[in-house]
Amino acid sequence: MAWSLSSRASQLGPPAAWSLVRGVLPFLACVAVAILAQVILKPFLITTLGWDFAAKMIVDVGINIVLAVSLTLVNGFTGQFSIGHAAFMAVGGYTAAAIVYYGSYRIAGNPDLAGGVLSSMLVGREAPWFTPHDLLFLVAMLAGGVVAALCGYLVGLPSLRLKGDYLAIVTLGFGEIVRVLIQSQTGDVLYDPEEIAQTPAWKLAGSLGGSLGFSGLPFYTSFFWVYLLVLVTLLLAWRIKNSSYGRALISIREDEIASEAMGVDTTRFKIRAFVLSAFLAGCAGALFAHTVGVQLNAAELGFVKSFDIIIMVVLGGLGSISGAVIAAIILTILPEALRGVAEYRMVAYAVALIVMMLVRPKGLLGVHEVWERAAWDWLLGASKRKGAGR
Amino acid sequence: MLEVESLAVSYGAIKALHGIGLRVGRGEIVTLIGSNGAGKSTTLRAISGLVRPAAGSKIVYDGTSIASRPPHEIVRMGLVQSPEGRGVFPNMTVEENLELGAYVRSDRDGIDADREKALSLFPRLKERFRQSAGTLSGGEQQMLAMARALMARPRLLLLDEPSLGLAPQIVQVIFRIIREINAGGTTILLVEQNAHMALKVAHRAYVLEVGRIVMEGPAAELAASDQVKNAYMGRHA
Repeated sequence: MAWSLSSRASQLGPPAAWSLVRGVLPFLACVAVAILAQVILKPFLITTLGWDFAAKMIVDVGINIVLAVSLTLVNGFTGQFSIGHAAFMAVGGYTAAAIVYYGSYRIAGNPDLAGGVLSSMLVGREAPWFTPHDLLFLVAMLAGGVVAALCGYLVGLPSLRLKGDYLAIVTLGFGEIVRVLIQSQTGDVLYDPEEIAQTPAWKLAGSLGGSLGFSGLPFYTSFFWVYLLVLVTLLLAWRIKNSSYGRALISIREDEIASEAMGVDTTRFKIRAFVLSAFLAGCAGALFAHTVGVQLNAAELGFVKSFDIIIMVVLGGLGSISGAVIAAIILTILPEALRGVAEYRMVAYAVALIVMMLVRPKGLLGVHEVWERAAWDWLLGASKRKGAGR
Repeated sequence: MLEVESLAVSYGAIKALHGIGLRVGRGEIVTLIGSNGAGKSTTLRAISGLVRPAAGSKIVYDGTSIASRPPHEIVRMGLVQSPEGRGVFPNMTVEENLELGAYVRSDRDGIDADREKALSLFPRLKERFRQSAGTLSGGEQQMLAMARALMARPRLLLLDEPSLGLAPQIVQVIFRIIREINAGGTTILLVEQNAHMALKVAHRAYVLEVGRIVMEGPAAELAASDQVKNAYMGRHA
């Protein structure tokens, strides 16, 4: 990933310090852009234009971009068909929710939003730049990612023996297990400060609301957190795609036997793809859980949600990062834009998908990126040449 | 360099190899000929670790036992296979395919030098350098598969049916290059259905029939034997 690229850069000549800068600088740029989105774009949209709904859509789009691009690592690059992505989201979301909710009680005695400017979609609220609660949310998000990554490791294991449809069924089963466990095996959310103070942490971890959902979560998710994760995800995916690491992943998709014959440790790479993908999905789940207007409920994170994400990846083109991004944007906005035709909304949505796949069976961009000439050859009629489309 | 003894492989209940033995000496071209389903590809796959041999099978490469070692370790030891059916990465460019061939190496300068060498061996690939491998012709894909295997700098190269499905003229070219690769110091174990061509370039040969070695000897000798002529060279003497 980042480090393999920079280590290669150092072999090519430039001094190590420079390649370190090149490795780290883009991540700092991500932070800067995310801050700008929060302090300039957010008040402009909400206060100046009054477009609350647009702001909400931008958050949803961002979360879906992370989900689609993270799934692209597994389904697109590595060619392992996983259809349980929402489960990683659920695991990450609930982990983060428990940490933020009960953590807030332990720190402040109540679960209210106490973040700084960067951690809120509210406007006109007096808040310092930074509070300890921002850090709590960051830790919760990363913890959500890590727990999801552990689950990704577990799901990655069967992928070593199973291929295609069989792996898909296992991942589907995993997703349902996670959903059912959270719904049926967790207790009610606690809200009495004294009770929470006296309950041991392991017991709090089991008080996630069950089938009622996890209510009362503070809305930390903001332009800053969402677009920080979006940009970091895109940067990671982009660097992976263009490194020897990524070529190894893609070679597994292209021809697993040949990949093995070239000395790629396919076992390890498949697991790594699952782990990283699950980590990012877990972080996205943490953001989803703390979004304004969302009541975290495992029922919503079942296979329907998993399929929504798969559709984005397939529609964008398996293996295309920009394709996944474009599809995530379109498929998040389309159902809302179709609200005008009320009850026929989902029919129109389905028809749009079918037409899309008939016209572009390899997805919007195939394995290419939007700025690559090959992605547009089909528009110019060149796809009629045999084999040129792929 | 490579010694195989009582190598047996089963796919489920079906026995593909019934304990075969073969030997490849340093600098040789050894060919393994036989008809469809004789177990030729299975033999190569077992050697490079892509399928697991049965217990008791002995595969010794350069004095080290490699039976049931994972393929990526075997490749690192310099034993590299160019898989059957070419197996190029279709959505990658020729350049990226070659880059993956050198996956186990990290000596940038050596890799670049070897890429130049491979491209001079297969000038056609130079013309197609930035083209997707899936858009190449069958012959070009075979060249790419071989060039890609060479990028790992093999000491022992396993070639699985390099002439499969190619026009006779291209087959000639491929076999000429196999000789050149061998002349450059790479030992080759070649699996072929085209017994005629294989016996022409090889030093020694083994004949495989339904999972058993039935004949072995110097290639020229086998090529002259009536049995081989009748069975594999379509000549009724």
